Amino acid sequence: MSRIDRKFKSLKKENKKAFIAFITAGDPDIKTTEELVVSFERSGVDIIEIGVPFSDPLADGPTIQASSQRALKKGINLDKIFEVVKRIRKKTEVPIALMTYYNPVFYYGEVKFIEKAKEAGIDGIIVPDLPPEEAKVLIKEAKKKDISTIFFLSPTTSKKRIKIIVESSSGFIYYVALTGVTGARSEISSDLLVKIKEAKKYTSKPICVGFGVSNNFQVKKICKAADGVIGGSAIINEIIKNKAKKNLVRNVSSFVHKLAS
Amino acid sequence: MKIPNKTGHFGEFGGRFVPETLMSMLEDLEKVFNSLKTDKKFKKEFNFYLREYAGRPTNLYLAERLSKHLKSLKVYLKREDLLHTGAHKINNTLGQILVAKKMGKTRIIAETGAGQHGVATATAAALMGLECEVYMGAEDVRRQALNVYRMKLLGAKVTSVTSGSKTLKDAMNETIRDWVTNVNNTFYIIGSVAGPHPYPVMVRDFQSCIGRESRRQFLAKEGKLPNYLVACVGGGSNAMGLFHAFFNDKKVKMIGVEASGLGLNTDKNAAPLARGNVGVLHGSKSKLLQTKDGQVVIAHSIAAGLDYPGVGPEHSYYKNIGRAEYVSANDKEAISGLKLLSEIEGIIPAMETSHAISYLEKLAKKVSGKKTVILCLSGRGDKDVDEIKEII
Repeated sequence: MSRIDRKFKSLKKENKKAFIAFITAGDPDIKTTEELVVSFERSGVDIIEIGVPFSDPLADGPTIQASSQRALKKGINLDKIFEVVKRIRKKTEVPIALMTYYNPVFYYGEVKFIEKAKEAGIDGIIVPDLPPEEAKVLIKEAKKKDISTIFFLSPTTSKKRIKIIVESSSGFIYYVALTGVTGARSEISSDLLVKIKEAKKYTSKPICVGFGVSNNFQVKKICKAADGVIGGSAIINEIIKNKAKKNLVRNVSSFVHKLAS
Repeated sequence: MKIPNKTGHFGEFGGRFVPETLMSMLEDLEKVFNSLKTDKKFKKEFNFYLREYAGRPTNLYLAERLSKHLKSLKVYLKREDLLHTGAHKINNTLGQILVAKKMGKTRIIAETGAGQHGVATATAAALMGLECEVYMGAEDVRRQALNVYRMKLLGAKVTSVTSGSKTLKDAMNETIRDWVTNVNNTFYIIGSVAGPHPYPVMVRDFQSCIGRESRRQFLAKEGKLPNYLVACVGGGSNAMGLFHAFFNDKKVKMIGVEASGLGLNTDKNAAPLARGNVGVLHGSKSKLLQTKDGQVVIAHSIAAGLDYPGVGPEHSYYKNIGRAEYVSANDKEAISGLKLLSEIEGIIPAMETSHAISYLEKLAKKVSGKKTVILCLSGRGDKDVDEIKEII
């Protein structure tokens, strides 16, 4: 049982929902990433998603595209991310999932990637451009090391595919709230809750919703049907707002705390 | 063994690497495309537009003065440059727009580098009365101003992409983002034998008329098959269009010419088959120019249509099994190729095609005796005149 599984088990016992926070590794710098993860846990974040920057983030909107570019300019790569997670692991047991496009993983080597991820203390992997049909090697290797493989459901997913996706997923299932790319929106679609309830008929695994989440009103609404919510671009925007400030970590953490509660 | 297999793999290459939001639609597209393969009415309609609207079959023209100049080669030019809109791209856009209509889509999107595919898409969309938006890197908007204006005249919206390298790669990222957002009513017409399955096989099939016609025409003129097929390779649609019909003619040698930009030994080239590693970009696995961290490298070529760090998966497969040979020509050689054909045959070729032409001089020195060649003259050079004026 991975840290992610244990987290959902304890949340369920307390009748609580998960708040998952996304940040890009190395934006604005790797030391801040380390501090943010540690501080987020204290601010009520249940799981942290660390984004691996990529040159061609085709599922991301302008906020995360720019964040990714800034991190790449700092020379961030997988090895540097494994190092920072190792350092983080000395301070906290908060579950950490790595969000990465497929090419950096494929080029690194899937077997080696999973080994190093395990060694660093990473609990799950999320690859937005890798459907389960192409993920056989990654799923097999991750399973050996008890790392969760988190796949996506979207509003356009057919019933036939829902079965494939829930069977391939472990840890939780990532439900994409809208047809589109990542980025903060103020609304959520009216039939989202119906669709999540429909997906829940196929699985008892936790379903968490991401894409477009930017305020506490949305979070509360989504949690009526889902097991958790993922915030990304809204948090990155807050980091940018506080970029030049000394208390960046404190300010962003307090934003995240409000979003999460 | 069927190539590609039913999951869209050409050996280790190809496949379907896209966000989940697109997966069900791609499965539907695959079903529709497969059903249309045996649909006589669809074939008749497609062939009607190819013949009456685009101007097929195109001529297979014996370039006598060029052959005399090259001495050891007898060169036939497959005149795709004479098609409506000036390049082979129209074959594919007419095919895909008919598929889009079958699927009930009302909006067309496309990426473009040189602008030829954008123009061909805007043309097909105008013909069918569908809304059209074309994404083009800001750098290419500058290099190919004439084609931008042509697209606008055809009623398309041209969106300049300023992210990343501001060229074809980033235009494709932005088109995919639009697609993910508007998947319910929007059809993406991909211009090359690239992208997620079934695009590489679909584009190949719509372009394969180039090879089928060439084969028939060459047999009628020469009573035998050619020794060589030569075509330029960016994503590789004109090359695959020519090669496919000859796949089983084992004696026919195929040569794809990549763009080596400022040189294969510099980091400013667009030759993933020569200099890339296996990677995943824009929906499929193929050879890719990338860094040691798996980040995609910005390609360079004087020809906007070849300025792409990846290549269609079937070309990587052809290279691996040794069915085709891949060579390269640099920016300077391409300019010489353009000048050569213009002066010796009175045909101004596109800068992309000029890479293939320039390679003929090298091939002529390599062969023994007299050999026959079909060269795919994939596009005309009108669009490049402004930029060439600055260089020559």
